[in-house]
Amino acid sequence: MRPRLDRGFFYALRMHGRTAEGTERQMTQMTGAKMVVQALKDQGVEVIFGYPGGAVLPIYDELFMQNDIQHILVRHEQGAVHMAEGYARSTGKPGVVLVTSGPGATNAVTGITDALMDSIPLVVLTGQVPTFMVGNDAFQEADTVGITRPCTKHNWLVKETDRLAQTIHQAFHVATSGRPGPVLVDIPKDVQFATGTYVAPREAGNAHYNPQVKGDREMITRLVEAMETAERPLFYTGGGVINSGDAATQLLRELVEATGFPITSTLMGLGAYPASGKNWLGMLGMHGLYEANLAMHDCDLMINIGARFDDRITGRVADFSPGSRKAHIDIDPSSINKTIRVDMPIIGDVAHVLEDMLRIWKSRGRKVNREGLARWWAQIAEWKKVECLRYRNSDTVIKPQYALERLEALTKHRADRYICTEVGQHQMWAAQFLGFEAPNRWMTSGGLGTMGYGLPASIGVQIAHPEALVINVAGEGSWLMNMQEMGTAIQYRTPVKQFILNNERLGMVRQWQSLLHGNRYSHSWSEALPDFVKLAEAFGCKGIRCSDPADLDDAIAEMLTYDGPAIFDCLVEKHEDCFPMIPSGRAHNDMLLAADAEAFREGAALV
Amino acid sequence: MAAALNIQKGTSKHSAYDLRDPNSDVIERHTLAVIVDNEPGVLARVIGLFSGRGYNIDSLTVAEVDHTGHTSRITIVTVGTPAVIEQIKAQLGRIVPVHEVHDLTVEGPSVERELALFKVAGAGEKRVEALRLADIFRANVVDSTLESFVFEITGTPQKVDAFAELMRPLGLVEMARTGIAALSRGA
Repeated sequence: MRPRLDRGFFYALRMHGRTAEGTERQMTQMTGAKMVVQALKDQGVEVIFGYPGGAVLPIYDELFMQNDIQHILVRHEQGAVHMAEGYARSTGKPGVVLVTSGPGATNAVTGITDALMDSIPLVVLTGQVPTFMVGNDAFQEADTVGITRPCTKHNWLVKETDRLAQTIHQAFHVATSGRPGPVLVDIPKDVQFATGTYVAPREAGNAHYNPQVKGDREMITRLVEAMETAERPLFYTGGGVINSGDAATQLLRELVEATGFPITSTLMGLGAYPASGKNWLGMLGMHGLYEANLAMHDCDLMINIGARFDDRITGRVADFSPGSRKAHIDIDPSSINKTIRVDMPIIGDVAHVLEDMLRIWKSRGRKVNREGLARWWAQIAEWKKVECLRYRNSDTVIKPQYALERLEALTKHRADRYICTEVGQHQMWAAQFLGFEAPNRWMTSGGLGTMGYGLPASIGVQIAHPEALVINVAGEGSWLMNMQEMGTAIQYRTPVKQFILNNERLGMVRQWQSLLHGNRYSHSWSEALPDFVKLAEAFGCKGIRCSDPADLDDAIAEMLTYDGPAIFDCLVEKHEDCFPMIPSGRAHNDMLLAADAEAFREGAALV
Repeated sequence: MAAALNIQKGTSKHSAYDLRDPNSDVIERHTLAVIVDNEPGVLARVIGLFSGRGYNIDSLTVAEVDHTGHTSRITIVTVGTPAVIEQIKAQLGRIVPVHEVHDLTVEGPSVERELALFKVAGAGEKRVEALRLADIFRANVVDSTLESFVFEITGTPQKVDAFAELMRPLGLVEMARTGIAALSRGA
C-alpha cells in the first residue's frame, strides 16, 4: 500500500555510512541531526508525520539517507499533529511529529492542545533558529517552548548536542508515562549540525518522573465494601481505561460481567466496554442517552474509572448525582476533587487498580446486593422505554441519524473498522448510533473540540492499519478546515473514507441558536460550498453524492468497495437537531428529548 | 526525595484536607515550598500555572538551594478556599521538574522570614527618630549619607509592614522586599 520506491537506491548509501563509522567509540559520536533519527529508531518509531523547513533541514537530510522510519509528508502542520493523534489513539503507541521553526511550530499548536486535552501521547520535534540567533527576532523564529508551555505536558529547548539524545528519550518517557500527553523538543539548527555523544534509551535515565500506578489498598477495599452493598451502582468510564491499555479493558469487562452493574462511558471511553454488552447503557453527557444520564443522577454508588467529570458530563455541578457515594480512579492526582468532590479517591493506573479491585472483591466472596440490583435494572428498563434516540424518518430526504444507522448496519461486521469524526452534530450522532466493540477504534476530539481533526486523524489511523476500514464521519464545515490533507491521503494511497453529512449548516451552532438565541442564525451557514464530487476528482480520488434515502445503501456500498480514498457527499436534512440534550447549565434529570424541544424553545425566549 | 509525583498524600487519609471543611468558602492563606529542578523555564511553568488557572500569588521567592543536585526552592504564598489550595498543590505536583510540594501551613509549625531594604531621607529630628525606630526593630544601617539611610530589616512580613508604616512619615523614599522564605520547625 505504501510506496517504498527509494529502498534500493538508499541501501547503498546506508551501507557506505556504516563502513565509514568504524569502531564503536566513533559510533556514539554523531551529529545532532543523526541523533534525532537514531533516537527515534531506538524508541521503536516506525512512522513520523512532518513538514520540512529551513530549521529542520539537517534532520530531513538524515531521514533521506535511511529507510527504517517512514516519513509522511502532510499539507499543513496541524494535519501532522492530528495524524499523529490518530496513529497514537489507534495503536496505543506515541505519535511523532517533525516540523520546522516559527510557523511550523505555531501551526502545530492546535493539534498539541487537542492532544493535551484528550491525553494522547505525542512527541513533537520542532526546528529552531541557531542558538546564537535565539531572541533576535530571526527569520522564522518563534518562542516555541514559551508558546507551547501551557499546551504540552512538558517541553525542552536543547542547547547542546550532547544533551539531545537524552532529552529525546526522556521526552518519550514523559509522553507515555502516567497520564499520557504531548511533549515537545525544540532543536536549534546549530545543535543539529554539531557533533556530540549519543546515549541509548536505557542510559538516558528518566529523572524522577515516575507516576504512581498502584492504588491505595485501603481505599480500594472501601470501594469494594461499597460495591457489595450498593443498591444502585454504576460504572462511569472514560478515556483513561483506553489509555491504560488492553489489560484495563479486559479487567473492566470482567468486573462488569461479574458484578452485573450497569456501565456508561464518556465520549472518549467508547469501546472499552462493548456496545453489544448486556450491561451497556450507552454514552452519557450533554448528548448522552436518557437512561445513562438518569442512571448517573439516581445512582447510589458511582465508580468513575479514568474519566474526569468534564462539564459536558456533569451538567450543573450543584445538582450532579446528589444521592451517590463517589469513587474516582485516576492516575492524575489533579483530576481528583477538581470539580466534583469524591468520597473514595484512588490514585493509580486503571489496569493496576482494577486488578486489585477484582482480586479483593473475589476474595471477599463476590458479594453484590442482588435485590437492589434487580430493582435498579427494572428502573433502567423503564428509562430505556423512552427510546431517546428515536427520530422521525423521511422517504424524501436523508436524515443524518438514518445515514449513520445505515453506515453502522453495512460496516459493523468488520472487526477492523476504525471511525474518526470531526466536531459537531455529526460527532454526537456518530457516538449515539455507531457501536464500538473494541478500544482504540474511535478517534474523536473530545476535550478541545477541534473542527478539522477527523480527516487527518483518519489518515494517521490508516497509516498504522493499512488494511483496515477507516471512516471519517464528518460535517462539511469541519471537513473543509483541513481538507488539504486529501493530498496526503492520495500521496500515501491511504483509502480513507470521508463520510460527510452535508447539511450546508454549522449544525451544532445552528442548534444552539435555535434553542437559545431566538432562531437568529448568525453566520451559521455557508452560501458557497464546493462541489465535493468535483473536489474529489480534483484531488484524484473517488467522489460520491447521495441525496435520496433509497439510494443510500448502494452509495455506501460503492464507497466501501472502492479501492482508494473516497469523499462521500451525503446531502442530509438541513434542520435536524441532535437529541437528547442537557442544555448547558442544567442537571442530568433535566434532559431535553426531541418531543420537548418546541416547548423548550418557547421557554428559552423568557430566560 | 522521589515523592514528588508519588502523591500518596492525595488519598485523603494522609491529607490535612479532611481536617477542614472541604466545601468551605473561607479564604485561607497558605505558604507552599516547591522543590524543583533548576532548569530553564521552571519558574515560568509555575507562574504560568497560577496565571493560566486563575490562582493568586501573594509572594514568590526562588533560589537554587542545592548546587550539586541543581534543585531550587520556590516559596509561594497563595490564598484560596481549601478546595482551591488542594487543587493548586495537585497541579504543582503534576509539573514534570517539580520534585516535592510542601504545604507549610498545614504540615506543622513553620517559620517565615522576609528581608527588606528601606531608603529613608530626612534631616533633623525625623532623621534621629528614624534611627531610633530602626534600633527598636533591630534594623541595620547598610548605607548612610548626610541626608539618608538605607536600613536592612529581617522579620515576618507583619514586622516589615509595621516598620514601613513607621518610616513613611519619616521620609521613606523607596523600599525593596524579597518576599517570604519559609521552613518547617524541628528536625
